[in-house]
Amino acid sequence: MSERQAPRPRTYGVLAIPLAVLGVFFVVPFGMMVVTSFYQRIEGGFYEPALLLDSWRRLFSEVFLERAVFSIGISLLAGALCIAIAFPFTYFLTRMRRRPHVALLILVLSALSLSEVIVGFTWSVLLGRAAGISNILVWLGAMDEAAAYQPSFVAVLLGLSYIAFPYCVLTLYPSLTRLDREVTEAAQTLGASPWGTFWTVVVPISRPIIMAGFLLVFVFTLGSYLIAALLGRPEHWTLSVFISDQASFNANVPFAAAMAIFLTALSLAVVGLVVLIESRTRRLA
Amino acid sequence: MRPLKWFVTAFTVVFLFAPLVVVAIVSINENRYMDFPPEGFSLSWYTALWTDPAWRNAIVRSLTIAVASAALAVAIATPFAYVLRAYRIRLAPLLYSLGILPFMLPPVISALGAQVFWNATGHVGRIENVIVAHAVFFSTLPLITISLAMETMDPSLREAAQTLGASPRQTFRTITLPLLVPSMVTGFAASFVLSLNEYIIAFLVAGFSVETLPIKIFNSLRYGFTPTVAAVAVVFILVAGAVFTLAAMYGNLLRFLGADPSIVERERPAGEAPGPAGEIVREPVGAGV
Repeated sequence: MSERQAPRPRTYGVLAIPLAVLGVFFVVPFGMMVVTSFYQRIEGGFYEPALLLDSWRRLFSEVFLERAVFSIGISLLAGALCIAIAFPFTYFLTRMRRRPHVALLILVLSALSLSEVIVGFTWSVLLGRAAGISNILVWLGAMDEAAAYQPSFVAVLLGLSYIAFPYCVLTLYPSLTRLDREVTEAAQTLGASPWGTFWTVVVPISRPIIMAGFLLVFVFTLGSYLIAALLGRPEHWTLSVFISDQASFNANVPFAAAMAIFLTALSLAVVGLVVLIESRTRRLA
Repeated sequence: MRPLKWFVTAFTVVFLFAPLVVVAIVSINENRYMDFPPEGFSLSWYTALWTDPAWRNAIVRSLTIAVASAALAVAIATPFAYVLRAYRIRLAPLLYSLGILPFMLPPVISALGAQVFWNATGHVGRIENVIVAHAVFFSTLPLITISLAMETMDPSLREAAQTLGASPRQTFRTITLPLLVPSMVTGFAASFVLSLNEYIIAFLVAGFSVETLPIKIFNSLRYGFTPTVAAVAVVFILVAGAVFTLAAMYGNLLRFLGADPSIVERERPAGEAPGPAGEIVREPVGAGV
């Protein structure tokens, strides 16, 4: 599509349909959410028009700040964990022969297409007392009594890493397949060990995609709802769980709306950072 | 390096497989309660998926939402992607960003927006609300696949059609649209699978009246465990594995995921032509999502 045509009046007519759908069902709801954040909450799960800053003020309350710091912290941790495993894994993957290469990709894609609710459930079984790891250890004689490892912080972290891992592999995959083999071969001809090549050549030239992958995983885990709800106690809830809880069971929609706008701003800032990193690497390349 | 390679690969495979294996074992347990090692063998939890009306309804409802919302998502994305890439539109980058924005933001934001919106209209708790919300949220996927197809499309094909006297409308119908079909199918499939698995939007929009499969699974986990959930999980895993294995056998999975073309060609076993299906999926979508 090298030559773009000049738009005619009909072109705008065609464009208007999807724009109208997006406008009515995405922009308008978002605007209504912003307006709602100023509304007065009334008992019974409703809210009425008002111009109050109560919900916004609650963004500085301890309970919210604690949730926000916890969510950002656990998402950063999950992102770091994912990259630490996914980067070497994807690097080795792109250097495998075709058959194991495709087989591992199918495994990654299958894990990717699992519903969060199923991932949460499978980990709750695996870490649970009834049929989990500890039962295998008891069966093998390594432990005396089965134990439950969930709900807990580690369970939430493992679950988040599990759902984010396939995304992480798929964001690293295109760039790592393009990593010039001549570069690594040159390093080894000059006497670097494979390990030395990986650390001194592959990792440094991949730094931008590592950063971009890490940030994308961060936004992705920040949006996760079911993992924290299924594998954590209320003190392990992430912002997404807290927002939905306020919107449904606590029936405080204005406060939920204010928190959602905070989450939007945070996510947009991180996505903006990714775009910046990518445009900078493109300029260098 | 070699031991490290084996360690990382084995660790990843065990990590990705471990919960799946445990659930598969639980799903064939004869007992109502979870036991390990399992006692007895039974497939009754699988038949319960279809014979129990509550599970069957949830499955049918989820499939309905997934098909309708994916179709709607493609219907929104196709004219959008086409006009933005075929014409010189001012603000095109901005409009494209608006198109991918819903999916870039955490789903709870779209979910809460849709909840507030439908509450205001008074049209509450209906299945069509979920369909529309999913369609808008997942329309990003076909938008990306179709835009990439527009970019990689050979412009000389359209020019040839016009030189031979085809009107712009005829060119679109007979040249551009058929060439876009594979990317529309890819976008449809991606929206379909993700809609089937989506929880939070469906829950906040109509969770108390429209019980989709993920909501049903979540509820049954809250109100006591049934091995049926394990059976659902196994079915999902097998379906996903089968779909991607087929894509790898008959399509060009590596190219589809954005692998460098040189790798795709070099590693293709000698004598194996990139069959007709190999030509179908050629847009690197994985990279954009």
